[in-house]
Amino acid sequence: MRELFHRKLERTSIGFAIAIIAAASVGGIVEIAPLFTIDETVETVDDMRLYTPLELAGRDIYVREGCYACHSQMIRTLRDEVERYGPYSLAVESKYDHPMLWGSKRTGPDLARVGGKYSDFWHVAHLTNPRDVVPESNMPAYRWLARNTLKMDDLGLHLAAQRAVGVPYTDEMIENASRDAFGQASPDTEFAAGVTERYGEETQVSAFDGVTTRVTEMDALVAYLQVLGRLTKAPYQNTAAPEQAPDPNN
Amino acid sequence: MEIEEIDPVTGRKTTGHEWNGIKELDTPVPRGVLMFLVATHLFALLWWILLPTWPLGSTYTKGLLDIDQRKTVEEKMVAATAARSDWMTAIETKSFDEISADEQLMKTVRETGHQLFGDNCAACHGSDGKGRSNYPDLTDQDWLWGGGPEKIAETLTVGINSRHSESRIAQMPSFGRDEMLDRTQVRQVATYVHSLTNPETSTPDNVELVKAGQEVFLTTCAACHGEDAKGNQEVGAPNLTDNYWVYGGDLQTIIASIHGGRQGHMPTWDERLSKADIKILALYVDSLGRENP
Repeated sequence: MRELFHRKLERTSIGFAIAIIAAASVGGIVEIAPLFTIDETVETVDDMRLYTPLELAGRDIYVREGCYACHSQMIRTLRDEVERYGPYSLAVESKYDHPMLWGSKRTGPDLARVGGKYSDFWHVAHLTNPRDVVPESNMPAYRWLARNTLKMDDLGLHLAAQRAVGVPYTDEMIENASRDAFGQASPDTEFAAGVTERYGEETQVSAFDGVTTRVTEMDALVAYLQVLGRLTKAPYQNTAAPEQAPDPNN
Repeated sequence: MEIEEIDPVTGRKTTGHEWNGIKELDTPVPRGVLMFLVATHLFALLWWILLPTWPLGSTYTKGLLDIDQRKTVEEKMVAATAARSDWMTAIETKSFDEISADEQLMKTVRETGHQLFGDNCAACHGSDGKGRSNYPDLTDQDWLWGGGPEKIAETLTVGINSRHSESRIAQMPSFGRDEMLDRTQVRQVATYVHSLTNPETSTPDNVELVKAGQEVFLTTCAACHGEDAKGNQEVGAPNLTDNYWVYGGDLQTIIASIHGGRQGHMPTWDERLSKADIKILALYVDSLGRENP
């Protein structure tokens, strides 16, 4: 009887194709679908910050240049990774990442905790020509970032798109997106104050590429790199990692 | 429709399919493979009981072995801390002098320090600590903020021009760009500073230039760099009379430094490294210069 059913099935092409798809999706259904209902999947933290418009623009450049192909942003629960990079990554840290950039290949080092580790100046020098600061590096140079003016007029739309997929940007943030992007890269201007007001005191306002007269793609990418791992302090709590939580006064 | 047909050669049933006279045998799965398949299924059943497996709405079965990756890595970290606690406690509690005097402990400091240096400091100062253009050489014994493990540990903790609330602040103003000195004056003082380490450039032709430069230096630069230009470690002002340069000691670079100013940045490591790690690094960096005089 069983044999008869199989014989029948394998002779109807559409039916058999549907049966194959059903069998192949079992793995996905049992491994992925339950994560949407299990409470523990994404931790609840109350100090999670949002990417500022400038950081979001930098994130887009990170995607555009394909940085994720060589750099992961995911410290795994392994001792050697925790010893080298810092506390292991939590799901909540990628809560506002659309799409996520965990990556799966490390030609270069993991970047999940790179924010604040090096100076802005180092990042600019390194992106301009990695060999200038790390002679043994095989990373390509990204010189054009410092030459290209950042396109800022449509950042409000970027924020709105992020909101559509669940990032809680307010109307005020969307309205001021371009202004805030300019302000974050232009300390000591009237636009700078609004950034910390809307995105939190810990937001780094700085002339990232050292030039305050215009906002370049370099500004955006360095701003993004400097915020990696700094959106929440949750990973530093209740962990045996040797590092201490960042001091908010610093 | 089903036709039971036995292949006369092998004695197996055929599928009933026929291509140009060749009939497909309906050979059953070999017993060994079948047994393996059954064994893997039984293994899976056992694993379902031992490990976290089945989703139950908002939670899941935790398994009898109580295995959790996060708990595992944290236990490993605790075990690793315990394994090095004998010398780690010594480093935490002893003073720099006591540690330096303990040859056994210093051996550990050099090994661990080398590792920490590679992970955290080498990106700017180079894996040999010799620095490069824009980043100071740590092996030259010429310190901006003072050498010795105590001073180095302090610099590591608070950083220079960093986000730390007690950061060391080093500001070389942009004398040219901010119009504190005019072009001639910048040229004069640069020539003077250049002549300090390159006495041969002080020729009868430019003795006037050097002299004028010295006057500008005394009124404008001496407050930080000192009248003798030997610098001041209290404010991180470099000694301009030796041949160790952070940004470069050729005339062109000196002019650029005076014109545009310099604001070097050393990040704070207070939040990334433990107190003991900073102590190890301070001793390691201090030892770099002593070993390569």
